[in-house]
Amino acid sequence: MEELMEILEDINPEVDYETSQNLVDDGVLTSFELVLLVTQISDAFGVSIPPAWIVPENFNSAAAIMAMITRLEEGE
Amino acid sequence: MVKSVLDYLENAASLYGERCAYRDARQAFTFGQVRSMARRAGTSIAGLKAWNRPVAVFMEKSASMIIGFLGAVYGGCCYCPLDISMPKDRLSVILKTLDPAAVIYGRGQEEQIRNMDLSCPVFMFEELCLKEEDPGILEEIRGRRTALDPLYILFTSGSTGIPKGVVVSHQVMINNMEWLEEEYGFCPEDVMGNQAPLYFDVSDHDVYCPLKFGCSTIIIPPELFTFPARLMAFLNEERVTGIFWVPFALCTAANLRALEAETPKYLKYIFFAGEVMPLKQLNYWRRFVPDACYCNMYGPTETYVCTYYNVDREFGDDETLPIGRPCGNVDILVLDEKGRQILPGDKGEGELCVKGCTLALGYYNDPERTRAWFVQNPRNPHYPERIYRTGDMVSYNERGELMYHDRMDLQIKRLGYRIELGEIEAASGAVHGIRECACVYDPSRQMILFFYTGQKLEKRELSAGLSAKLPKYMMPNRYVYLEEMPRNQNGKIDRKRLKEQYV
Repeated sequence: MEELMEILEDINPEVDYETSQNLVDDGVLTSFELVLLVTQISDAFGVSIPPAWIVPENFNSAAAIMAMITRLEEGE
Repeated sequence: MVKSVLDYLENAASLYGERCAYRDARQAFTFGQVRSMARRAGTSIAGLKAWNRPVAVFMEKSASMIIGFLGAVYGGCCYCPLDISMPKDRLSVILKTLDPAAVIYGRGQEEQIRNMDLSCPVFMFEELCLKEEDPGILEEIRGRRTALDPLYILFTSGSTGIPKGVVVSHQVMINNMEWLEEEYGFCPEDVMGNQAPLYFDVSDHDVYCPLKFGCSTIIIPPELFTFPARLMAFLNEERVTGIFWVPFALCTAANLRALEAETPKYLKYIFFAGEVMPLKQLNYWRRFVPDACYCNMYGPTETYVCTYYNVDREFGDDETLPIGRPCGNVDILVLDEKGRQILPGDKGEGELCVKGCTLALGYYNDPERTRAWFVQNPRNPHYPERIYRTGDMVSYNERGELMYHDRMDLQIKRLGYRIELGEIEAASGAVHGIRECACVYDPSRQMILFFYTGQKLEKRELSAGLSAKLPKYMMPNRYVYLEEMPRNQNGKIDRKRLKEQYV
């Protein structure tokens, strides 16, 4: 989680990731910030996110993103 | 003879009046409708008698926005598309330089317009298109046009903190369309899938190809580039045959493996420009869409597309794609630091300088920077001949193709956007407590690092201060406090050392 928080902070330090639940739906993160995020998650965690997983639901909060990474790491 | 882009539109409307010219997720317009709406809008603009002055177009990205552009042109003006998500401070700096004759805004931008403190007339697009057209005035304006009149002004990052307004003439676009016809010969059945923002010159292809070739352009919903699972299905449903995207968009689709789920079936032309296209991702596209024509287009806004390379052979993932050779009606000079010309076959790097019909007219209301970059051809002492110094270092490969190396200054390309690191540094003047700062770019992670001395500040404070001045794509990702800036022998900030230490 710490590593993810660091990535998120780099991408946009103004967002309060602890409480935000609608990062995508409320447009908190812009589209290019989201694309950067996906690339950096792939690099940092050594996971490859399948296109079908790149949907708003998986990116709306730090917890949702982390849950997705965990599922990927477990090879689901 | 073709004197302006309106001649293309008039012709397309008479040949293909009932066919779709532009559409987006909400609306579609036939050539007949585009012509009629733009002429109505143009009639009100013509009433301002603001010959060749700019009309700012402040609208959400849409098919209507393009009609707004053409309306300004019918009215005898040029247009300046503005990014509605730009911070207010930067917008007002731009408007100060632009001094527009009018602003056309969309229904959703009313409040922003009210807060803008404008001294010129403002028109709501939807209302402008309801006015009666006055064919007499419109024809008089069209008759007076020359291809060297300005078509649009695009603002690009400036190293001093003041963005530069590049003035592009009708001739540039006409030349490009004639060249595209000769090189690729698009037809009315083609469908262009637009990705680039309309305040970015890469989108001109999508705006003007329909007028020239009778084809249509669909504006792809931007969210499909963020969540590309549906992007390829969209291209197939809409039968898109041509795309001209920034490499970043092609790379996203490749990095997220979007072509595995569904492969584009109709794509014939895959063009890209705006930044370096990495071969790993290009090779991915070529594996899935092997028969398309891939073209690497090169050119800053000041020269439009001035060189190109049609990908005609295999490349390894770690090689570099050439930027090729000049387009029609363009010539280039590669000059070394002593002003000597480097020719095909020669070794060594030099600055790429461009001359010919695609050169911009200059920077709007900025004679000083115009003089600095649009200069007399140093090889020609006989008569006035302008060249544009791109600041890009290039060389020739053994095949005589131009190869791009790097910049002579602190300009970077990030996600397809052109950014002067100096503009970010200048914006830091608004943050209290910073004594000195320097930005460094890490291209592998697409991150901007911001180093500063003075008072140690909270990350949030810094980013809040900068985001009031800078668009999102210019925002630094990491802020590093330093006791002292490293300096080189001349006493200047040693950016090389910062880069070595932190990137």
